[in-house]
Amino acid sequence: MYNVPKLEDYSAALDKAVNELLAAVETEAQAVADAKACEELRNRWMARKNGVLTQINDLWLKAAPGPNKRDVGQRVNQIRAKVEETIEATQQRIAGSSADARLKAEMIDISLPGIRRSLGVKHPVLKVLDDLIGVFVKMGYSIAEGPEVESDYYNFEALNFPPNHPARDTQDTLFIANQERRPQRDRLLLRTHTSPVQIRSMEKLKPPVRVICPGKVHRNDTPDATHYPVFHQIEGLCVDTNITFADLKGTLEHAMQSLFGSNVKTSFRPSFFPFTEPSVEVSISCPFCGGKGCRPCKQSGWIELLGAGMVDPNVYGFVGYDPAKLSGFAFGMGIERLAMMSYNVDDIQQFFYGDMRFLEQFA
Amino acid sequence: MKISATWIRDFVSPAVDDRKMADDLTACGIAVEGYYGEGVDLCYEAEVTTNRVDAMNHYGVAREVSAIYDLDLTTVLPVVKEHRAQKPFVIEIEDAQGCARYTARVARGVKIGPAPKEIAHRLGLIDQRSINNVADATNYVLNELGQPTHAFDMDKLEGGKIIVRRAKDGETLTTLDGVERKLTKDDLVIADAVKPVALAGIMGGEASMITESTKNVLIESAWFDPATIRRTARRLGMHTDASHRFERGADYGITSKACARVATLIEQTAGATIEGEIDVVARKLEFPKIKLHGSEVRRILGGEIPEAEIVRILRRLGFGVEGKGGVFTVEVASWRLDVEREIDLIEEIARIYGYLKLPSTLPSFAGAVVELPEAQKNAAMRQRLLALGYNESLSTTFLSQEECTAFGQGEPVRLANPLSEEAAYMRASLVPGLLAQAAYNLNRGNTDVRLFENGHVFEAVGEKVDERARISFIATGNAQQPGVHGKPEAYTFFHMKGDVEQLLAEFEHRTIYFDRHVPEYFHPGRSARAVLDGGTVARFGQIHPEIAAARKLKQDVFVAEIMPERLFQHELRTARYTPVPKYPVVERDFSFVLPEGTEFEKMKAVVEALNIAEMEAFEPVEIFRGGTLPHSKYSFLVRARFQSAERTLRDDEVNSWSQQIMKAMESLGGVLRG
Repeated sequence: MYNVPKLEDYSAALDKAVNELLAAVETEAQAVADAKACEELRNRWMARKNGVLTQINDLWLKAAPGPNKRDVGQRVNQIRAKVEETIEATQQRIAGSSADARLKAEMIDISLPGIRRSLGVKHPVLKVLDDLIGVFVKMGYSIAEGPEVESDYYNFEALNFPPNHPARDTQDTLFIANQERRPQRDRLLLRTHTSPVQIRSMEKLKPPVRVICPGKVHRNDTPDATHYPVFHQIEGLCVDTNITFADLKGTLEHAMQSLFGSNVKTSFRPSFFPFTEPSVEVSISCPFCGGKGCRPCKQSGWIELLGAGMVDPNVYGFVGYDPAKLSGFAFGMGIERLAMMSYNVDDIQQFFYGDMRFLEQFA
Repeated sequence: MKISATWIRDFVSPAVDDRKMADDLTACGIAVEGYYGEGVDLCYEAEVTTNRVDAMNHYGVAREVSAIYDLDLTTVLPVVKEHRAQKPFVIEIEDAQGCARYTARVARGVKIGPAPKEIAHRLGLIDQRSINNVADATNYVLNELGQPTHAFDMDKLEGGKIIVRRAKDGETLTTLDGVERKLTKDDLVIADAVKPVALAGIMGGEASMITESTKNVLIESAWFDPATIRRTARRLGMHTDASHRFERGADYGITSKACARVATLIEQTAGATIEGEIDVVARKLEFPKIKLHGSEVRRILGGEIPEAEIVRILRRLGFGVEGKGGVFTVEVASWRLDVEREIDLIEEIARIYGYLKLPSTLPSFAGAVVELPEAQKNAAMRQRLLALGYNESLSTTFLSQEECTAFGQGEPVRLANPLSEEAAYMRASLVPGLLAQAAYNLNRGNTDVRLFENGHVFEAVGEKVDERARISFIATGNAQQPGVHGKPEAYTFFHMKGDVEQLLAEFEHRTIYFDRHVPEYFHPGRSARAVLDGGTVARFGQIHPEIAAARKLKQDVFVAEIMPERLFQHELRTARYTPVPKYPVVERDFSFVLPEGTEFEKMKAVVEALNIAEMEAFEPVEIFRGGTLPHSKYSFLVRARFQSAERTLRDDEVNSWSQQIMKAMESLGGVLRG
């Protein structure tokens, strides 16, 4: 341990003493290993009362003869600065290493799994429906809704399905019981398509009309991999002066490209629906394989997606529109089938089991 | 429908191969969806729409081909070597409405035997079984010309006559399939002098069918009223090749030709001699003459189709066309009962011209997009439920009567033709569907279930149906998963209550309270009703243990039902800013011993009734039972928080409020614990 010597002279002895002191503080500082030792070091050297610096002040400076005072004073100040610097550095070293130690002790295994709060997942069918709605809303279509229990009038008659018409047979309609006493048009059934909302919309609105009608529909289908008695459709209707078949084509081409990408091609061929004329079956080039052939498109490169057509003039008669002045088109499609193809789901019933393992895949 | 390409080429022969012909047919409305067979035996699997009965035969498809390629169509012209009738056969049509025309011929001296190879082969191509030369002749003509005909064993017809009439109530007829049919006066029958011998347009009778011993044949080729045939076919649950065509409207103009065609085939294949035609017209069908305007074609289609092209297409399809300068008179062909109006002609033009050749345009629009009134509220609920961890689900609309009664309040809605008794009613609640889904999950080892559904429920109101929206959610299992990070935490009533509170907080309201008024399917002690500004907006809680047991749910299951019709009367909450207080909060904890059964809601009510403006919150902190406490008591640690927006609170005023709170709690039997 360093002791402050008394000086014999103020030349060679002073130089030697200064060097020894500076070497000593350096050695002691290096030996410091923890905060406690650091505090002791600071006290030993810097305490006002009897610290080393105080001692040299007394023993070297105060004791120095007049002519040497100035020189010794300078040397003492230099020593003070150097000691303070050494101790400060030591303190920093110790503080740093203890923080390191703490951080080291606090280390965790970051490879363990995170704690997840589960988020709910949108139903895949409704997600597909949302996408479709989004496309048409951007094209100026408003959303319209209607009841799932409909009258014969809205589901059939006003859509140009006359009573006893064979086209009704294709609908596999589920009927509400105890309706026999009512007139046929008022008899209730489960809507077999979202098309009744077309009629309801035209009854309420003056042209120009642009609506899409998403919703749930029902048919008397025994459940299997491709049938379920409950499913969803979206229907669209655009009526104005001078709406043409060409507009139908352009609108659906645009919508299909918005949905499936600009490379998708759209094809139109004749079909039959009682409430449209001319009627169209719309296919798109398979967006899953690019038209090369895959499972969703049954290797054909094409997928039949929509039914559409120009609104049959008879329909306007039911809603008080003048077919000589107005024209328009309607289109409709099933959602489950598109969702099945989009996600490669092979059994429609999966959509209705509420299986958490199934639903959570669509996050 | 199955179509032989070679058979089509009997009548028209385009210079394209059979595959290309199929593609072109598809593009004009005869959708060829598959192929089978090779070379000259190549056949199409075609989908012909229900309105196009005229194309449900080879000649009809050939007519389409002739229009597509602008080629002549070979006419079928059967030439019959007629023999004088030994004894004139009498046809009487009593019911002109049901039967407009009845054409018949007599074939004598038939030798029943197998049909020649060519005929059997053609029928075989389209999956028709060869029976005998006479039956095959009628079947061949059906598939060639589309006209259903019938061959009677003439010697079984009593009185030497045919009468087309309505059946008499109580009359019966055993049809070819061996089934005895009870007839009504709505049914149109073919009768002999004594009895019905065939169900008109649907099926022949067993007694007069062609057998190996048949010698003389009466060939029937008639036009029956679609609605009449359809009514009887539906009532009897019968669907035959004949009824399929008559129901949709057969070709009034072809009865004679088809009859002659069958006769020549029988003559050639069964060695018969054919007598002259008996053609009885009871009612002449008029075919419309339609005005067609070029301007209307453009207005609907949006493209320019040359006038000559319009004329060409319609003529190739068999329509008579006169006029020019943009206005035509079009006479509809007898086989096109589906064409009645100008728009029907426009469709014919468009489909043969080619949908793909018409232009594509985007219409302009001068309207605005209007949102549904409840769209934002529904979206907000959906977003919150998803954020709270519930998966969106869809469940069936159909329930059993038992489920409807157990979970619905009103009169259930029954289906007239349900899929099954378990699915005979419209759901009166979303709860049974969600419970079934929870059970489905639990049975498969998915023990943590969170599902919600936004769907409609139904209730009968007399003959009408009340339909309204419900939002329901279900939860069971852990709220906190077990794992390396900590202990599991079971989902409880209070998790669900918290979720309900979060949902309701989305809506503006002045008051909210919870009470125990819930339906019987809830656990009476662990369920609640939420009342917002006096209206019931939700019910939720644990499912009654008996119901859970009956459904084999082996863990506690919680469900909530939100009533949008009431909740959505409230506006969505608008965010409001109040300055964040600058002065410190003062908290005071109180530990009370209270009589068991004292509910927190009551404590809160008496304390809030003190109207201490600076009391910012009164919250439960800890509940303790047992220890030195008797069973009739429990201890409740509550915390009051005081804060002022204007100043730092003084000790003396906080002490005085604390005294008031203690006094209020004493009114509930609360005793401050030391």
